[in-house]
Amino acid sequence: MLKFLAMGGYARYVWPCYALTAAVFGLNIRWALRSLTRAKAEARRRIASVRTAS
Amino acid sequence: MAWVWFHRFGSPPHFYRLATRLTPWFAWPAALLCLAGLIGGLVLAPPDYQQHDGFRIIYVHAPAAWLSLMVYVVMATSAAVGLVWRMTVAYAVSASCAVIGASFTALALATGMLYGRPMWGTYWEWDPRLTSELLLLFLYLGYLGLRNSIDDVGRADRASAVLAIVGVVNVPIIHYSVIWWNSLHQAPTVMKFGRPSMPASMLVPLLLMLAGFTAYFVALLLIRARGELLRRERNARWIAEALGAAATGKV
Repeated sequence: MLKFLAMGGYARYVWPCYALTAAVFGLNIRWALRSLTRAKAEARRRIASVRTAS
Repeated sequence: MAWVWFHRFGSPPHFYRLATRLTPWFAWPAALLCLAGLIGGLVLAPPDYQQHDGFRIIYVHAPAAWLSLMVYVVMATSAAVGLVWRMTVAYAVSASCAVIGASFTALALATGMLYGRPMWGTYWEWDPRLTSELLLLFLYLGYLGLRNSIDDVGRADRASAVLAIVGVVNVPIIHYSVIWWNSLHQAPTVMKFGRPSMPASMLVPLLLMLAGFTAYFVALLLIRARGELLRRERNARWIAEALGAAATGKV
């Protein structure tokens, strides 16, 4: 296990790459879901305001 | 027949429903492919004879670089379709690409720097491949900045579409930079004519990662495009139906 983590001496280059990738994957999921949730909330507000006006 | 398909695909309510239904069909395969690729690349593949265990960076670096280019082509193509046919769905797809593309371009650059340090002895060099990839990041950021500076969605769509289309000239430059000019960067291993220059034990995990990253991008794109469609289709009746709760008055 330690040998695996050491990556033959390249650990300080290999693991940061994988950590950055995980961060980009996680953030993109969060941003995409947030963008959709906001658009839905905005659309709901718009529909509601049209209803009250009519 | 082809036109019927084209028009159905271009209809916002149809696309919205389709995107909702298709998302899990890309998200789950993406997770499984990446997991298999990680096990194959980090555990099963043997160390490289020159780069030793350092070569394992390729399993995140190459797919990130692939996405940085592929996402740009999708962004520019859908922008062109939007301009020519005034298709809302195409604009929604184009606008959804930028943040994803920019983040993967930044990732390709960052992992490339961490790859370059042990292999070339430097984090950065003003090399054709590195410089053109940096330019790609600026193109994405320019696209996002331009959109943010225009309040009207329709005008933002048209203006940013032109920028995206002009910038597409950079894509072949990035791809062929390592062939046209002397570059520190190694030549393509997979994306070339002829046999990939890698043994199967190293190649298969790379292909799995490439497929996994691509499926992940499609899933993200489908989620984002739904949001972008809602922003563009103001007061359309189908939105009330699609959002369900709002239609029944429960807001």
